[in-house]
Amino acid sequence: MKKSKLYSALAVFCLALISNPVLAQSIDESVNAMFSSATGWFVAFIFSPFPGTSFPWIVAWLVVAATVFTFYFAFIQFRAFRHSISLVKGDYSDPNDAGEVSHFQALATALSGTVGLGNIAGVAVAVGIGGPGATFWMILAGLMGMASKFTECTLGVKYRNEYADGTVSGGPMYYLTKGFAERGLPGGRFLAILFSVFCILGALGGGNMFQANQAHQQISGILGGYPGWITGVIFAVVVFAVIVGGLKSIAKVTEKVVPFMGIMYVLAALVILLVNADKIGWAFGQIFTGAFTGLGVAGGMVGALIQGFKRAAFSNEAGVGSAAIAHSAVRTKEPITEGFVSLLEPFIDTVVICTMTALVIIITGQLTMDATTGNYLTEGGRIVTATGASGVGLTSAAFESAFSWFPYVLAIAVVLFAFSTMISWSYYGLKAWTYLFGEGKTKEITFKVIFCIFVVIGAAANLGPVIDFSDAAIFAMAVVNIIGLYCLMPIVKRELNSYLDRLKSGEIKKFN
Amino acid sequence: MSNKYVVAFDGSAASERAVTYAIDHARENGASILIAHVLEWSPYSFLTPEELEDRHKRRGEELARAKAALIDPVLASKAAEGVEIDAVIKYGHAAETLCSIATEAGATQVIIGRTGQSDLAARVFGSVVARLAQIAPVPCVIVP
Repeated sequence: MKKSKLYSALAVFCLALISNPVLAQSIDESVNAMFSSATGWFVAFIFSPFPGTSFPWIVAWLVVAATVFTFYFAFIQFRAFRHSISLVKGDYSDPNDAGEVSHFQALATALSGTVGLGNIAGVAVAVGIGGPGATFWMILAGLMGMASKFTECTLGVKYRNEYADGTVSGGPMYYLTKGFAERGLPGGRFLAILFSVFCILGALGGGNMFQANQAHQQISGILGGYPGWITGVIFAVVVFAVIVGGLKSIAKVTEKVVPFMGIMYVLAALVILLVNADKIGWAFGQIFTGAFTGLGVAGGMVGALIQGFKRAAFSNEAGVGSAAIAHSAVRTKEPITEGFVSLLEPFIDTVVICTMTALVIIITGQLTMDATTGNYLTEGGRIVTATGASGVGLTSAAFESAFSWFPYVLAIAVVLFAFSTMISWSYYGLKAWTYLFGEGKTKEITFKVIFCIFVVIGAAANLGPVIDFSDAAIFAMAVVNIIGLYCLMPIVKRELNSYLDRLKSGEIKKFN
Repeated sequence: MSNKYVVAFDGSAASERAVTYAIDHARENGASILIAHVLEWSPYSFLTPEELEDRHKRRGEELARAKAALIDPVLASKAAEGVEIDAVIKYGHAAETLCSIATEAGATQVIIGRTGQSDLAARVFGSVVARLAQIAPVPCVIVP
């Protein structure tokens, strides 16, 4: 009764605003101005460059971490790749555990949280600013990020909380406290609190506002321009219905449709690549040359590198700690097996899906090139595109040049991806929230309502401030999480060595 | 050699007939009976993060419900039949799981009741009985 009144009040409010477009437009503007002034300092700090350079310290932080883990675990992402796949296939799962969360399910759920607009819109932003060369750095960052993911997800399972009723809670907050205590290191609790704060911001930013923003851009690109807050309110109502109202059916449908959308997206990209097979060699040429020269983009090689690394990290979330929350529910006696499974995530997300997007944009000639110099034309730091589009619009234009109907499919995909990512992140944010404030119905509802309000803000604000804040919040999580990973990586190594020994000796058996 | 019959049981009238048939034959041949109930489950389905978190708890609840609603009543009602009866509840695809139960238990027969599904439905969705008949590791009796 109460709820239906709330909905009808909302509907009346929306109608009033639609009938007054000037007022509606000004809402968008004031939201935007308020938002950028409130978050500017935080963004500036996270992305501050090393003194005397244009290289943001946070990008170096992520890449150094991924490199350290790659070497510390002796290229585990390549050594364990095949074993990871047989784990996902269930070759090592005890049939008596059937009915529990399988490795495949944990991977699929974590993937539907990461495969999203980062793969479609984020890559377009990277290639639009950093040129084709950004793709090379993105793939490299994706490959290295596999080691970061391996480390964090192993710890997520090892130090999760298991409650008497059989539910589990895991994630960086738990391994930071429990793992640090086990090693006798100070500051675990402090880091866990800091991580939770950033995780809430990340959930509201990249996991929410960025998604709402890009979903709006895509829908308004098809229906014609209309104020962003309208999309925001609609999304907010649906998200509200799912996470507060317990309308599980919507979430279930999304979870089931999203994987197929992902597969369809990759297939469509493959068809475009096959049709343009003669240009694939050229495209890779552009990617390699661009990676080391920049081909005229702002900032040259470093510009391409920063864009590539940034987008990879934002897309696959390796080192951010979010996946550790999603993976910790799996039922396994060996935490390390979940690490193996999770290392496939950056591979699928970045090395496969993101690369597809980038190749399609490059091959369909969206980026304008100066024919005499072979360099890309830039304007205001961005490469001039064939249609003038950026972000998700650029990806849409690229696919449209091959299939005229594709923007409609993409719009549906974007909305569903955005929605499933929001649902996942509302869960991550909630876990951080309850870690800080304790469990409880009122506390949970408070967070969920705040989450829905940010959906509206995200859809109404401009891309610039939203993307900056989203990146900043998600990278802030990585700052804390990676400190924890450095301190706890010897524990992962011990687990890894013990597991590999037992695998070799035959103590760990294949069931199928 | 002691005979053991695995009987597929889901509480339906057809599965009741299968149990009755199994008991009659077990008494004649001095065999024991293992009643098997399979909860349909695919490790490749998609779950939301909340469902992942609750899965272990739900599994416990589902097992308890199956035991209380299906297995306990059938065991109680057939206790006086003079045949040794045991029961097992497993997760998985029905036909495949029945086969693995039969193999593990060293069963000599699998007995299943036929539901009389319409031809179209069986064609579209496949039928557990038909599948079982094709892949059963031991002789398979289909009770009409």
